[in-house]
Amino acid sequence: MDFASFLIQCLNALQYGLLLFLVASGLTLIFGIMGVINLAHGSFYMIGAYMAYALAPIVESTFGGGFFSTLVVGLVLSVLLGYLLEWAFFSFLYEREHLQQVLMTYGLILVFEELRSILVDDQVHGVAVPPLLAGSLPLGELMSYPVYRLFVSGVCLLLAAGMYLVLTRTRLGMMIRAGASNREMVQSLGIDIKFLYRLVFAAGVAIAVLAGMVAAPVSSVYPGMGNTVLIVCFVVVVIGGIGSIRGALLAALLIGIVDTFGKVLLPSAAGVLVYVLMALILLWRPDGLFKVA
Amino acid sequence: MSEVLLRCERLTRRWGGIVAVNEVSLALASGEVHAVIGTNGAGKSTLINLLSGEIAPSAGVVELLGQDVSAWSQPRRARAGLGRSYQRNTIYPGFSVFENCRLAAQARRPRAWRWWQSALACEQTNEAARAAAQRAGLTDLLDRSAGLLSHGQKRQLEIAMCLATAPRVLLLDEPLAGMGAEETERMLALLAELRAGQAMLLVEHDMDAVFRIADRITVMVNGAVIASGAPDAVRANADVQAAYLGGH
Amino acid sequence: MFSRLVFVGLVFAGLALWPLVAGAYGLDLVIKIMIAAIFALSLELLVGATGLVCFGQAAFFGIGAYAAALLMARFDGAALWWLLPAAVLCAGLYALAVGALSLRTRGVYFIMVTLAFAQMAYYVVHDTPLGGGTDGIYLPGVPTAPLDLGKPLVFYGLTLASLALVFGVLGLLLRSPFGRALAGIKANEQRMRATGFSTYPYKLAAFAVSGAIAGLAGFLFAVKDGFVNPELLAWHQSGSVLIMIILGGLGHLRGALIGAFALALLEEFFKSEAVWGSFAKHWHLGLGLTIILSAALLPKGLVGIPQLWRDRLEARGE
Repeated sequence: MDFASFLIQCLNALQYGLLLFLVASGLTLIFGIMGVINLAHGSFYMIGAYMAYALAPIVESTFGGGFFSTLVVGLVLSVLLGYLLEWAFFSFLYEREHLQQVLMTYGLILVFEELRSILVDDQVHGVAVPPLLAGSLPLGELMSYPVYRLFVSGVCLLLAAGMYLVLTRTRLGMMIRAGASNREMVQSLGIDIKFLYRLVFAAGVAIAVLAGMVAAPVSSVYPGMGNTVLIVCFVVVVIGGIGSIRGALLAALLIGIVDTFGKVLLPSAAGVLVYVLMALILLWRPDGLFKVA
Repeated sequence: MSEVLLRCERLTRRWGGIVAVNEVSLALASGEVHAVIGTNGAGKSTLINLLSGEIAPSAGVVELLGQDVSAWSQPRRARAGLGRSYQRNTIYPGFSVFENCRLAAQARRPRAWRWWQSALACEQTNEAARAAAQRAGLTDLLDRSAGLLSHGQKRQLEIAMCLATAPRVLLLDEPLAGMGAEETERMLALLAELRAGQAMLLVEHDMDAVFRIADRITVMVNGAVIASGAPDAVRANADVQAAYLGGH
Repeated sequence: MFSRLVFVGLVFAGLALWPLVAGAYGLDLVIKIMIAAIFALSLELLVGATGLVCFGQAAFFGIGAYAAALLMARFDGAALWWLLPAAVLCAGLYALAVGALSLRTRGVYFIMVTLAFAQMAYYVVHDTPLGGGTDGIYLPGVPTAPLDLGKPLVFYGLTLASLALVFGVLGLLLRSPFGRALAGIKANEQRMRATGFSTYPYKLAAFAVSGAIAGLAGFLFAVKDGFVNPELLAWHQSGSVLIMIILGGLGHLRGALIGAFALALLEEFFKSEAVWGSFAKHWHLGLGLTIILSAALLPKGLVGIPQLWRDRLEARGE
């Protein structure tokens, strides 16, 4: 592999890893703080992607907006969706046993899949890259790298940085981190736990939806995409350690590298590699890389 | 001189830079009640975990009935005659008191291969269970669901489950935890009855109880033993007084 | 206790008499359900009885199925009496290997490691020539010796006998010393170890037996369909069987039976165009909502309905 190809694969790995991190961070926070196993988290990603496809013509005809306006509209809608879902559904799951949560969120996946089928369709769709970002960056003499993919990585990094700042520099972030390691303590400190939960949940949903929207032009939009991303995100969360954002980032990047280079170097084994990685890490560190106490 | 049933010599456990248990040596003789006391964080729980086999020592030796068991797992030591009760109840809340004891007694006669036979068919196990429940004063409650017992009764059941395996040595981690005056009396009477033929190591915070029931007391501070001997001697020991009054 | 026996007795009696009234479709449907029930029972041994939530059960199911296909392709006119045990053994051995490694972890991590091993098996059949790739493999026919499984009634009989056998064996197993030990491990493994049980061998044995039973279900499935493909090992299968036993009710063998029936019948109901017309193609919606409702209203699963009734009647009686 020459240097340009290697660089391209690195950038691909970075982009995939960062996208995974975005989706997985919501999952790990929701599991870590609220103790809820949410199988439907992948569905939010799918919803984002289909929104990017379905909303674009509506946004265009309503106020002539393009890709970025669609993103904004999608973001607003997703926050609303997250807020509503938490209030109407997820708030009832906190006290339940894990396996009951599994059952209920599994039902939710089915409901989301069908709603998508009814409201949009079951087809595979492409989403156009916005003209502004449609170019390619030349790498060496023969290769070039799509600007849009760099944009995706950029957005993810920005969001990751934003999350880092909120989590480490604000009071809210402190409460969230405390909640991730010791839920009962946070409750007994008199912090409005309901509000905190609703906020974290809505944020988790919004981030996953945004990840889906941003990824749509790259990965295209297809019915099973939620489930595919879900299972990999669980792997990320488990490798990284439940409740740990830092762990999720490291694990996501690791998986990005293993998966991307695996597909190139060992295509017949590519699918397995991620799971082999997880099995190895868990056998070495049974509680994930960064166990949150 | 009674037979020494459990012995540890220079038992040490390090976690990273911290020495949780520092070269502790003690011996338990048959019929003896040996209490281990100390302030919080003194290493008592770690010591019990080392003796029971839940953690491996960094250095030192544990001897059970004359055998070196330092590398043995907890189940193996339990089968060799070491019983252990926990500070937080480890009973099976969904089963009856009888089933709790029976399952504990089953460890002696596992019969895991007889998959077609009911577990209740082994009369020896059933007998051992009933006997253990009786010694712990729970005969009237055999059919009660363990989750419905009072706190004191649950602690009694915890002891009964230890007894069901007919141990020679009992390690009791705060058996009086969370008990009122009446329950404490009952438990102390029970413990006094149990001494014959067995050795007991007790970790306790209730000082009155300790001085009433113990034959020997070992005091630990910061992982190390600062005094060990008969209750009166320990009470009079200057180091012990300093440790408890000096604000550790 | 007695009412439970009556219930189970009625179910098996009903299953035995079903061929008298059912047409070809009905027969086929119930065979499918019985195979699912065997699959569900295998997982119930792990999840309900021992408290080990395995998310990779599909691998053992799929290995049983692929063993059937591959062995039949290799050995012309393979006889059932060795084919079936061979498939079961393959599945059981893989389960033994997976268990040996997975049981070092706990909780959610255990769940994910079992998933990882199932995914590994999935990708082996999906991406390597061993499993025939994404297209799957057609079985070269059905075993005809000593039983002609080509005849629907014969196959129905074999499946029913298998289900009854598995149910009976598990029933005996769970009340045996081994089964009680599993219950103790589920209730409080710490106490079991403190009492003198080496818990690892028990869990491993349960894992292997569970995998073997799942392999049996897979074998029957392969013979019935005449076709195997990698999706049999996909995590959706593992999820689906987990849903079955949670829906039916954990901690009870008949919960697995009930769950398998309930899920299959719910699917049939929501897929029925007679009821839903053209909306029937969105049957996942109805199924999803039903699952959510039953999880919300029936915390102990369908098996808990009689108890809920009794509680309600008692409360009303006061």
